[in-house]
Amino acid sequence: MEQGKEKDKDTEMSMGTELDYLLEWVESLQDKVREVVAEWEGREGNLIMILHAIQNEFGYLPRGVANELAKEMGISLARIYEVITFYNYFRLEPPGEHRIQVCTGTACYLKGSAELYEEIERHLSVRGGAEGDFQVETVRCIGCCGMAPAIVVDGETHGRLIRQEVAGVLREKRKGGQL
Amino acid sequence: MDTGGIAAGARKVYEALLEARDEARLPLKVEKVGSLGYAFADPVVVFKCESKPPVVFGAMDAASARELVEKHCRAGTLLEDRVMATRERATELDGQKQVSILVKDTGRSGSGDRTTFFQETIREELEYHGMGSRIQVCRALDMGLYQQGVCVQLLPSRVTYANLSAPDVRRIITETLQGGRILEDRLVAGGDPQERIVLRNCGHIDPDELESSLRGGGYRGLVRALSEMSPAEVIEELKTSGLRGRGGAGFPTWLKWLKTREPDADRKYVICNADEGDPGAFMDRSVLEGDPHAVLEGLLIAAYAIGAEKGFFYIRAEYPLAVERVQRALEQAREQGLLGDDILGTGFCFEAEVRLGAGAFVCGEETALIASIEGRRGSPEPRPPYPSVSGLWGRPTSINNVETLAAVPAILDKGGSWYAGFGTEQSRGTKVFAVTGKVRNSQLVEVPMGLPIRTIIEDICGGAGGDVRIKAVQTGGPSGGMIAREHMDTPVTYESLQALGSIMGSGGMLVMDEEDCMVDVAKFYLNFCVDESCGKCAPCRVGGFQMLRLLEKIHAGKGEGGDLEAIRRICRCMQTASLCGLGQTAPNPVLSTLRYFENEYTALIDPETERAGVALASGEDDNPESWERF
Repeated sequence: MEQGKEKDKDTEMSMGTELDYLLEWVESLQDKVREVVAEWEGREGNLIMILHAIQNEFGYLPRGVANELAKEMGISLARIYEVITFYNYFRLEPPGEHRIQVCTGTACYLKGSAELYEEIERHLSVRGGAEGDFQVETVRCIGCCGMAPAIVVDGETHGRLIRQEVAGVLREKRKGGQL
Repeated sequence: MDTGGIAAGARKVYEALLEARDEARLPLKVEKVGSLGYAFADPVVVFKCESKPPVVFGAMDAASARELVEKHCRAGTLLEDRVMATRERATELDGQKQVSILVKDTGRSGSGDRTTFFQETIREELEYHGMGSRIQVCRALDMGLYQQGVCVQLLPSRVTYANLSAPDVRRIITETLQGGRILEDRLVAGGDPQERIVLRNCGHIDPDELESSLRGGGYRGLVRALSEMSPAEVIEELKTSGLRGRGGAGFPTWLKWLKTREPDADRKYVICNADEGDPGAFMDRSVLEGDPHAVLEGLLIAAYAIGAEKGFFYIRAEYPLAVERVQRALEQAREQGLLGDDILGTGFCFEAEVRLGAGAFVCGEETALIASIEGRRGSPEPRPPYPSVSGLWGRPTSINNVETLAAVPAILDKGGSWYAGFGTEQSRGTKVFAVTGKVRNSQLVEVPMGLPIRTIIEDICGGAGGDVRIKAVQTGGPSGGMIAREHMDTPVTYESLQALGSIMGSGGMLVMDEEDCMVDVAKFYLNFCVDESCGKCAPCRVGGFQMLRLLEKIHAGKGEGGDLEAIRRICRCMQTASLCGLGQTAPNPVLSTLRYFENEYTALIDPETERAGVALASGEDDNPESWERF
């Protein structure tokens, strides 16, 4: 019984801190929006640059941002959403902990980037889909055509990769994450 | 240290160099520079010593960086398999004592790699002649020569021999080294066909230092323009140079500036288009990362000629390093009075800032780019009015590509007629290409216009990477087309590439070999355009999608008789009815693969219906000979 009570307390506490954390996060979001809008105030065509600044800070554009921005800038929500959704670079979902980008530039494509992508997906899904911390995406040419085919894992480029090496790269990353 | 170099590990090399230098307490200055263009050899280190010609080391890592400091700096010892032979070859010994010999088997012997064998032979022969301790024999990473058998380069003279056989070794030693005579029958006389104007400073200066740029001749063109010339004279100089837009379309730059200068307006703008979206192209990125001040200088000159006081760099967000370096260049220029009010005391005012793209290929199109800078969706608008009349916020605007702007300062500095001396009648000057794909050495090259494609692919980049033959070269990215093997001797000019059904484009040059399926390649490019279509006009949105479905069907082996005809019909419709360049040119890769490789399409279509397909298509094809050959 006593143990049970303690557990309840724990959950309560953790929920409390989680809520605090969330509130803090929302506040930091609002602050950031205000800060960025102030910085770009009075400069024509600033919306895209403001979105860039916010995404740089949070890794994506949370839903609340658009609302907040609409309020701060005095423009309609639809205007902001049409811009966010038009450009590939802006994301509405939070990125995973580890980000794998497979280059799909022409040079990489010719040298088998599609195969690499399949291999990465296979590795991550074979593991029972528990790899929520890995996020795989394809990107346009990363400009390392001399090292084709290339993938970028958390900002680090791995070039001249062959199918068989993918497992090693992922394993390395997992180990690194645990340490 | 550009994106490619850093990805290959340039940072580690840089740190190792600093560390080793400090440990050894050598008076060595380690500088970060942009890319020399040798993408295949990244990371690259250039070692310069006042009394000696520079030595280029490629494929470096931390260990070899340390070795470089310990061995090369101290004793001048070269590192095995790391040194790149210089392309500036000499034909005379100049009376110097030779201290090292680079050797490499560049192929075509048919008996495997004989580099080590020759290295040993030369060593033994030197020993025999009592010169073993004086001259180092080193395996080279790259000779800049390909398919020319065993080659050696003598340093420091840079005399280079090719197609050597075993008996030549003794001749080199007795005749050249001891006798001071050149072996005329083995001498490689020609230097590099490259001509570096846009890339003049890339890899030679620190892109983060204005001072380094000034030492490289930066802002001399601007000084001349502002102090000696009127805006009209600047435009006239550009006219003399014959410079045409390097973004792909090839519109004369002077005319664009003149058209933007003419209208009366309260404000005018200049924009540097650095939204390099073509997959497989990295020319603009290399220039921005290697010599940002040159591009800024070009923009300043453009602004002066046009009468603009405000400019923008529109750069892909996917190029963070380029963005960082341009931003730093802007700050430095501002500090030194090269931006702002009363520039260089001439009364000329100009301010520039960076605006980021956000991953939309269509934003490379002028009107879409303008929409994006204005903070809107990057949807193209119908032209006319052209941006030169009504562009950014309805004001006259000139949009120039990175490479175009980087060429401008050199033209102003050295004169329009100097620049016009390169290239051909219609296509003057030089063009930068990023050669990638199934080629031995992926790299950045800058060549005078009019050079045959074969020279670029085979002589500069070493031809096919493996044993498989080259099938075609693709230029112009998703808006361009194929150049089949038979047409490899075509000179590179705007007109000749167009005649082959391709375009110059921004400078991506993709080499494809026999293993690459042309239907798959066409599908790849079309997929790209469908993905990037903004969806505003129906021919592009619907046509592209339907055509992609047809290609996928054919590629999966389920093609039917009328498919090729349907594809051609959609192509014609997209070309004529699409709103902007993206839709109008999206069919190009498909049409050009159909033109040269229709056999690959028909081979995938069921043999029963194949004949019907060809029969249907042949009635419409405007150039039946082109596919009858296959």
